[in-house]
Amino acid sequence: MPLSGKDVENIAHLARLALAEEDIPRYVRELSSILNLVEQLQRVDTEGVPPMAHPLDAHQRLRPDAVTETDQRELFQSTAPLTEAGLYLVPRVIE
Amino acid sequence: MDWETVIGLEIHAQLATRSKIFSGASTAFGAEPNTQACAVDLGLPGVLPVLNEGAVRMAVKFGLAVGAEVARRSVFARKNYFYPDLPKGYQISQYELPVVAGGHLDIELEDGSTKRVGITRAHLEEDAGKSLHEDFHGLTGIDLNRAGTPLLEIVSEPDLRSPREAVAYMKRLHALVRYLEICDGNMQEGSFRCDANVSVRPRGQSTYGTRAEIKNLNSFRFVERAIQYEVERQITLLESGGTVQQETRLYDPDRGETRPMRSKEEANDYRYFPDPDLLPLVLEESFVEEVKATLPELPDARKARFTRDYGLSPYDAGVLTATREMADFYESTLRAAGGEPKIAANWVMGELSGALNKGSLEVTASPVGPEALGGLLRRIADGTISGKIAKEVFEAMWAGEGDAEAIIERRGLRQVTDTGAIERLVDQVMAANPEQVAGYRAGKDKLLGFFVGQVMKVSGGKANPGQLNEILKRKLAPR
Amino acid sequence: MHNRSIAEIAAALDRREVSSEELTRHFLGRIARLDGQLNSFVTVTGEQALSQAREADRRRAAGAAGPLTGIPMAHKDIFCTLGVRTSCGSRMLDPFVAPYDATVVERVAAAGMVTLGKTNMDEFAMGSSSETSFYGPVRNPWDPGRVPGGSSGGSAAAVAARLVPVATGTDTGGSIRQPAALTGLTGLKPTYGRVSRYGMVAFASSLDQGGPFARSAEDAAWLLSAMAGFDPRDSTSLDRPVDDYVGALEAPLDGLRVGLPKEYFGEGLDPRVSAVVEAAVRELEGLGARVREVSLPNSSLAVPVYYVVAPAECSSNLSRYDGVRYGHRCAEPKGLEDLYKRSRSEGFGAEVKRRIMIGTYALSAGYYDAYYLKAQQVRRLIADDFRRAFAEVDVLVGPTSPSTAFRLGEKTSDPVQMYLSDIYTIAVNLAGLPAIALPAGFVDGLPVGLQVIGDYFSEARLLNVGHRYQQLTDWHQRVPPGFE
Repeated sequence: MPLSGKDVENIAHLARLALAEEDIPRYVRELSSILNLVEQLQRVDTEGVPPMAHPLDAHQRLRPDAVTETDQRELFQSTAPLTEAGLYLVPRVIE
Repeated sequence: MDWETVIGLEIHAQLATRSKIFSGASTAFGAEPNTQACAVDLGLPGVLPVLNEGAVRMAVKFGLAVGAEVARRSVFARKNYFYPDLPKGYQISQYELPVVAGGHLDIELEDGSTKRVGITRAHLEEDAGKSLHEDFHGLTGIDLNRAGTPLLEIVSEPDLRSPREAVAYMKRLHALVRYLEICDGNMQEGSFRCDANVSVRPRGQSTYGTRAEIKNLNSFRFVERAIQYEVERQITLLESGGTVQQETRLYDPDRGETRPMRSKEEANDYRYFPDPDLLPLVLEESFVEEVKATLPELPDARKARFTRDYGLSPYDAGVLTATREMADFYESTLRAAGGEPKIAANWVMGELSGALNKGSLEVTASPVGPEALGGLLRRIADGTISGKIAKEVFEAMWAGEGDAEAIIERRGLRQVTDTGAIERLVDQVMAANPEQVAGYRAGKDKLLGFFVGQVMKVSGGKANPGQLNEILKRKLAPR
Repeated sequence: MHNRSIAEIAAALDRREVSSEELTRHFLGRIARLDGQLNSFVTVTGEQALSQAREADRRRAAGAAGPLTGIPMAHKDIFCTLGVRTSCGSRMLDPFVAPYDATVVERVAAAGMVTLGKTNMDEFAMGSSSETSFYGPVRNPWDPGRVPGGSSGGSAAAVAARLVPVATGTDTGGSIRQPAALTGLTGLKPTYGRVSRYGMVAFASSLDQGGPFARSAEDAAWLLSAMAGFDPRDSTSLDRPVDDYVGALEAPLDGLRVGLPKEYFGEGLDPRVSAVVEAAVRELEGLGARVREVSLPNSSLAVPVYYVVAPAECSSNLSRYDGVRYGHRCAEPKGLEDLYKRSRSEGFGAEVKRRIMIGTYALSAGYYDAYYLKAQQVRRLIADDFRRAFAEVDVLVGPTSPSTAFRLGEKTSDPVQMYLSDIYTIAVNLAGLPAIALPAGFVDGLPVGLQVIGDYFSEARLLNVGHRYQQLTDWHQRVPPGFE
C-alpha cells in the first residue's frame, strides 16, 4: 500500500520529526518500498496464532520494594543541555 | 427537556510504596527537584524497568477488596506521546490486559438507599513528572521526582448519575484505599486524583451522549463543582442546538468553570504496544492467597459487625466506619472504656468529632487519644463524675490539662457518693424550703425536680443523681 | 603479540614476558598508527586504559589476577561507559557522556580487562554496513573500499585488523554475525536474555543482545564468560547459571546432528559463498557430524517481520531523545514542538528517521493489527520452525551473509537492498536463539562466514563446534594485508 505525502507528514509529526518539504517525495518512495517488503505478511494465514512479543516464554520478575538509589542529580545534570535550580528547562508548556 | 447525567470516574491513586514502580528511587513527597529521579526515572539511554513487588501486592489487594477478578496474567504496554514531564516519550501502563478487572463498590445515596457502582478495571502504571510554570526566563522547569511513582488507575463504569453520586463514590473509594493502606489519600499532594468523564442524554435514551473528560480534579469539592458546571454547559449547548465535542477539559477552580485543554487538542494516537522490556506479569494462586490473608476488615464488613456486636444503629455504624482511622479510634476508645458501646459511640461522634471539626483536625491528630477518652468514659461508668461534668473534663483534656483522673482531682469534680454528705445537703435544702416540703407532702410530686435542682446547685453538680433521688424520696415522704 | 590468542597473552602476562601496560601501549600504538584507514574507533580512552592496565599489573603481582586480567578489549559505542562519551554513532548522543556503566562494561571491568575505547557503528545500530555513523563509515581491513558489515562494524574492523584482541558488539538482526563474517572473525549472538541489556542503548528491545567478537571461538568463549550472567536490573535477563564455555571447547563432535536449512541455500545466495559453506560442512562431517537437510518454511518472512517489529520498538525506544535531559538540543527552540522536531531531526540520520517513521506507522491507529500484530504472529511461526528443527538436529548450519563484503555506498541508496543482506541472520533474533559466525574461507580475497545456529542456551555447544572446526582450519588465523 503506497503512502501519500500527507501520510508521511502525519507520521513525521507523530514521531516529532521535521521533514524538509523537498525530502518528502524521497520518504514517500522509501517508506512505501519498505511497506511493500512487509506487505507479504498479509498473505500468511495466522488464524489462531498467538502473537509473540518476547523471544522467551518467561514471566516478569519482581523487585522487592526497597529504596536503592541515591541522589545523583549533579552527575545526571552534568550532561543536560539546559538546567536551572535543579530543573530541566524547556520552552513554556501551555496546558 | 429532561436530561440525564452520565458520569464515569477514572481515579489515580498513588500507591504507598517506598520505591518507584520500576526503579529503586524513593517516592517520598517534597524532595528537592530531581533528587529522587534516578537513571531509570530519567529515561537515560540503556536503562531498563524492573517491576516493584509492593505495587503489585497493593493492586491485588485492591482487586480483592472490590470483588474483582485478579488477572493471573497481565501485560504492561507503552503509551506513546511526547510531553516534557514524560521522560521516555512513553508511559508504561497496562492496556489490554489489566491486573484487576470487573469489580464493584457500593455507595450510600442521600435517601439512604445503596447503589452498586461497577469498577471496569484497575491497572498499574507509572506517574509522570511535574512541569513548573513559574517563570524561568519564559521557560518551564521540569521536575521528575514524581516520574515513576506507582499509580493504580481505577476506572468506573458510567454508572454515576449526579455530581453528588460521583463524590459519594469517590469518597467511598478514598476510604477504601486508606483502609487497605495502599494509598495515603493525600489529595493536596496529588496522591488521589480524579478524571471525570461527563455526558448528558435525554432521559429514557439508551445510548450515551458525547462525553468530555475533565482532567486532574484533586478535591471532592472540585469534582462536584466541575461536574455540575460541565453538565450545565453541555445541557445549555445542546438545548441551543449545539453539539458536545469529545475533548479533554481542565477545571479552573478560581473561575469555577471548565475549559478545553490546549495541549491535548490534537487527536492522540498513543500507539500502545506491549513493552518489550517487561515480561507478562503472571500471578500464582499462592501469591493472590497470600495477599488475601493480609486484607484488613473492609468498611462494609466492619459496619455490619458494629451494628451486630455493638448494637449500634446502621447510621452510627456507618459514620464510625467511614474511615479506617475513625473506626480504629472508636474501637480503641471502647476497649479502654470497657463500657457501653452506645455511650462510646455518642462521645466519638459527638464531643470528639465536634472538637475535631472545630480544629480542622484528622482523628489521628486528636489531642485526646482513644486511651484518654476511654479513661474519661470509665469515670462516667463508675459514677466518679456525671455525664454533664464529663463534658467539662473533656474540654480540659482537649486543652491539654492532663488526663481525666488528674482534671477531676485538681478541679474537685468527683461526684459526691457519700450518703451522709448527700443527706446533710438534703436536710439543708429542706430546712430552707419548708413551703415546698409541705406542698410535696400534700401530693405535689412534681416538686421532686425542684429539690433535685436545689441540691445539685449546692453540691456544685457533684451529687450522685441516683443516690440523691433515693434520699430525697425517703426524706420527703409523708411522715 | 597482537596475533596471539587471549590464552597466549594471559600466559605471557603470567610469565611476566610482558606487562599489561606494555600490551596496552602496543595496541594503543596500533590504533594510533592504523585506525586512520579504518575509522573503527569513535573514542580511544588511552589514559584510562593505561591506568586500568597498571591496576591489572598490580593485581597480577599480588597474585589476584583472573584469566582475563590485563587483556585489552574494546566496547561497541552502544554500551554506556561512566564518564566517557557514549554516542551510539549518532549526532544525537555526540554530547552524551554516560553517567553510569552498562552491566556488560561493569562485568568486563570486574574481570580485569582493559578497555581501549569505544568502537564505531551504524547509528543506533540500524544498518548492515556501518556507513550510517555520524562519525563516518568504517572500512573493511580486507579491502578499505568495502564495508565491514554492520551495525557493529567498528568492533569487527578493529579486531580483524588486530587493533584489539576482542571487542563487544550487539546483534539485533545480525549486527554481530554479519560483520564477523565480512571481516573473517568469530562472532557470537547469545540466547536472548543471556547477556544483560542494562546500559546497552536500546534499538529493538525484544531482539537486542550483546555478544563477543574475537578471532577464534576460544577467545570468544573467554569474552562471553565475562559478559554473560544474570542481571537483576534487566527484567529479560535469565536467572540461570552460565555454562563453562572455555571448559566445553574441546568436547568431541561425534554424532553431532547438523541440519542444513534448505531455505538458506536458495536464491539470493552467492554460489561461491555457497561453495565455501558446503566445504565447511564437509569438514564438520569429518569431525563426526551427521548432516541432513531440514526445512524452516517461514524463513522468507523473517525480513518482513523484522522490518515491522524492530522499527516499531525503535520508534518508541528513541522517543526519549527529545533534547531535554541529555543529547542534542537544537539552538533557540521557538516552542516545545520546535524543540522536539528540530532536536530530533538534526540529531538523527536518514536511516534512523526512516525506521522511526515505519515503526510509528506500524503502531498507529488503524494499522496496528495489520502490521504489528500480524508480524508478531508470523514471528511465532518462525520460532516454531526452529522448535521443530531442533527436535531433530542439534545445530543448524548455513551461510551468515548471502555475499561477501560489498562496496561502500553500494547499497545506501536502496534501504530494502541493504535489509536483504541480513536474510540469514534475522530469524535467529526473532526467535531469540544463539548463533555463531565462523570464518570458513575466502572469495576473491574476502572472508566468508559460516553460521551455526543452536537451540536456546547452547552457546557452549556453538563455541565447541567453532573451536573444533578451527582446530582443523586456519581461516581464522588469516590476517588482512597491511595489518600483520
